[in-house]
Amino acid sequence: MKRIWLWIPFGLFVLFFAVVANGLKNPSDRIVRSTMIGKPAPQFSLPPAVDGYPGVGVANLRDGKPKLVNIFASWCVPCAYEAPILEQLAKQGIEIHGIAIRDRPQDLNRFLTRYGNPYTRIGADNDTKAQISFGSAGVPETFVVDGKGIIRHQIAGGIDPENVNELLVALKAAK
Amino acid sequence: MIAEIGLAFLWLAGVLAGLQLVMGAIGLRTNRGDMLGGVRPIAMIQGLLVGLSFWCLITVFMQSDMSVKLVALNSHSAKPMLFKFAGTWGNHEGSMLLWVAVLGVAGGLIAAFERALKYRTHIATLAAQAAIALGFYGFLIFSSNPFERLNPVPVDGQGLNPLLQDPGLAFHPPTLYFGYVGMSVAFSFAVGALIERDVGPAFARAMRPWVLGAWIFLTIGITAGSYWAYYELGWGGWWFWDPVENASLMPWLATTALLHSVSVLATRDGLRAWTVMLAVVAFSMSMVGTFLVRSGVLTSVHSFATDPTRGSFLLALLVVYIGGALALFALRVNTVREGNQFDLMSREGALVVNNLLLSVILSVVLVGTLYPLATEALGQKISIGAPYFNSAAGYPALLLVVVMIMGPVMRWRRDEFKSVMKRIALPLLATALMLLGLVIARPDVGILPFLGLLLAVGVGVGSFAPLWKRNLRRTPLFTYGMVIAHFGIAVSLAGMASESGFIKEKLVAANIGESNTVGPYTVKFLKIEPVAGPNWTAIEATLEARRGDGEPIILRPQARMFSNPVTPTNEAAIGTMLDGQLYLNIGEPTSDGRWQIRMWWKPFVTLIWLGGMLVAFGGFLSLIGRARREKGAQARKLPEESPVFVEASA
Repeated sequence: MKRIWLWIPFGLFVLFFAVVANGLKNPSDRIVRSTMIGKPAPQFSLPPAVDGYPGVGVANLRDGKPKLVNIFASWCVPCAYEAPILEQLAKQGIEIHGIAIRDRPQDLNRFLTRYGNPYTRIGADNDTKAQISFGSAGVPETFVVDGKGIIRHQIAGGIDPENVNELLVALKAAK
Repeated sequence: MIAEIGLAFLWLAGVLAGLQLVMGAIGLRTNRGDMLGGVRPIAMIQGLLVGLSFWCLITVFMQSDMSVKLVALNSHSAKPMLFKFAGTWGNHEGSMLLWVAVLGVAGGLIAAFERALKYRTHIATLAAQAAIALGFYGFLIFSSNPFERLNPVPVDGQGLNPLLQDPGLAFHPPTLYFGYVGMSVAFSFAVGALIERDVGPAFARAMRPWVLGAWIFLTIGITAGSYWAYYELGWGGWWFWDPVENASLMPWLATTALLHSVSVLATRDGLRAWTVMLAVVAFSMSMVGTFLVRSGVLTSVHSFATDPTRGSFLLALLVVYIGGALALFALRVNTVREGNQFDLMSREGALVVNNLLLSVILSVVLVGTLYPLATEALGQKISIGAPYFNSAAGYPALLLVVVMIMGPVMRWRRDEFKSVMKRIALPLLATALMLLGLVIARPDVGILPFLGLLLAVGVGVGSFAPLWKRNLRRTPLFTYGMVIAHFGIAVSLAGMASESGFIKEKLVAANIGESNTVGPYTVKFLKIEPVAGPNWTAIEATLEARRGDGEPIILRPQARMFSNPVTPTNEAAIGTMLDGQLYLNIGEPTSDGRWQIRMWWKPFVTLIWLGGMLVAFGGFLSLIGRARREKGAQARKLPEESPVFVEASA
C-alpha cells in the first residue's frame, strides 16, 4: 500500500508530460472560436448606444433576413481599419447590427463620423455581457446570423479584404 | 578563431562530462578505485573548459565579431559596452551556454571543496551532475550552437531588444540561472544520496549551502525582475501572474520549502524522505520553468524567441532527469530509514506546516499556469488571471505568515502551546492594536489587503521574537539571518497590501498647462518636446508634481522609439517619495492636440522590493553564519547547533 503512494509524484509528472507534449504538438492558433456557432443567438437586449440609432436585442435577429453582428468599439484600432469594408458591405444591402463595447456616446459619434457608419442598429454593451454570451473574446469580431436568429459564422479580429468573400458565402448559406 | 576555440572547449567539456558519468557509474558498481579516483579531477577540468568556452563567447560579443551568427542577430556595434557584454546571455544560445557553464563550474567546485560527504556519495553526486550537464551539452552542440559562423558576414548586427537594454535586466537572467543551477546541485546531492542510500544529516549539511545560495539568487532574481517589469514595461504593475513570472516563482517556493526542511534534517535528522523529494521537486520546477519559457508552449507577455524543436529537446531532458529521479525516489525511498519523530507542537511541526502550505501555494501556481494548456487539449480555451491566483494563493500565503510568527520561537521536538503564546505575546499585542486601528480607520480596502496589513505588523514585530531576552552578542549570525529574512517578508507584505489597497489611478487627456490631481499630488503638464539618445529618439513630456504647498518635483516620462531594431517603448517617469511612488506615463496624442497621461500614486510600493532585498540579505547572513559554524565544528568535531529558542532562565 505504501509503495503506491510513493509513485504519486511520478504519476503527476506523467500527467504534466501528457499535457505539455500535447501542447507542443498542437501549437495554439491563438484564435478563440465561439462555441455558439450553430446555436440560437443568446437572450440579450441592449439600449441604444448613440442618439438616432435604435438598440439591439435578440428579437431583431429573428426577422427572417440573414445579417451581420459586428462587435466593435471606438477605442479599438482594428475596428477603424475594418470600418470601410463594413461600409462597402452595407452599401451592397447587407444589414449590420453593431454592438459597442465599453464605449461613450461622444466617442462613438466621433468614430462614426470619422470612419463611416454601416450600422442599422447600435447597442451599448457596457458590461460586455452580450459579447461574452456570443462567445466572443475580443474586439472586433463579426458574426453571421441567419433569419431564424441562429449564429452561423464567426470572424475573430478585423475583417480583411480577403475575408469579404468568406462573409458573403456565409451570408448566402444562411438564407 | 576564438569562436572555433570556444566550440572546441565546449565539445571537450561535453566529452569529459560523458566520461565523468561513465566512470562514476562503473566505479560505483564495481567499486574499482581507478574508476572512482578519476571522477573528481575530470569534474574540475570539465568545469574549467566550459567556463573558458563561455569566456570565448563573451569575447566575440565584446569584439562585435559579426561573422558569428549569434552576435549578428543579437548585437550591434553601436551598442554601449555593458549591453554588448550582457548581450552574451540575452538570447537563447548564449543563455543556455551560461546555464551549462555555471553547472560545470559548480560541479568543479563540489569536486574540489566538498569534504563532509562520504566518498561514494560524493562520487555519485558528481556522476548525477555530469548526467545533467551531458544533456545540456548535447542540446547546445546539436540544436543551438552559439558559435555558428555566418557567410557572408553582415555589415552590422541587428541589435538587442531595447526592453532588455537596461542595466538591471542585464544581470537579471544570470541571477536566476545561478539559482536554477544551485538547485541542480541540490538535485545531484539528492540523487547521489538516494543511489548510495545515504540520506542523513551529513547529506543535509553538504546540500544546505547550495540550497541557501540558490535561494538567495532566486530571491534577488525575482525581486529585480519584478522591479524591472514595473518600471520598464510601463504598465504600472509589479506582478502579473504571467507564465514567465510563475516559472521563476515556482522554483523559489519549492526552494523555500526545501531550505526549511533541510534544517530539520541537518539539525534533528527528521523529514528524510520529504527533504529528498523536495530537492527533486525544486530542481524539477526550475527545469519546468526553463521549458515553459523556452518552448513557447504557453503564451506569455514576455516575448522570448521560441521554437518547438527546442521545446521537444528540453522536454526529453525533463523526462529523463525528473522522470528518472522520481522513479528512483519511488523505488529507493523505502530503504531510507525513518528519521527522528517529533510532536506536532514543536519547531519541526511548524516547519512541516510551513512546507505543506508552501506546497499548496506551489500547486496553486503550477495548476493555474498549466490549466489553460490542459483545457485546450480538451478543446476549450480559457485563460487564468490574477483573480484566481490572488485568492487561491493569497490565503494560504497569509496562513503561512501566521505560522511564521510562531515557528521561530518554538522548541525542537516538543513544546507547550501556553509557553509559545507567552513568547509571542508582543507580536499578538501589536496585531491586536493594528486590528483596532484598522477597525477605527475603516479603510476602504479589500479583504486580502486588510489581512495583509494586519499580519505585516504581526510578523514585523514577531520576526524579532527569537532575539527576545537573548544575549545579542552571543546570538549566532544565522539566527540574525533568519530574523532579517522574516522581517523582510513582513516589509514586502506591507508594501503589497498598501499598494493594492490604497493605489490611486487616473487616465487623463491633458492640454499643456493643465493640472490634474492623483492621490495627494497635483500634476501640472508643462511641455512636450522631442529628445534623442544614443540609439533612440523620443517624445518627452515634462510634468511638475506638487503635494500641497511642498517643493515641486519634475518628472519626464518618454515615449521612446529605438532604432536598432525599430521598437517603440514606454519609459515611465517615477518619483520616489518616502511614503510611495508617483508613476507617470505618456501615451498617444488625441485628435484635438491633447496628450494621454496615465498617473498612479502607489503608497509604500517600494517596500515590496526593499523587503525582497532584506530577505536575500538575511539569507546571505545565514550562509556566512553557517559556513563559519561548519568550519568551527569541523575543527572541534562538534555536533551541529541550531538557532533554537533559548528560554531566558536567569
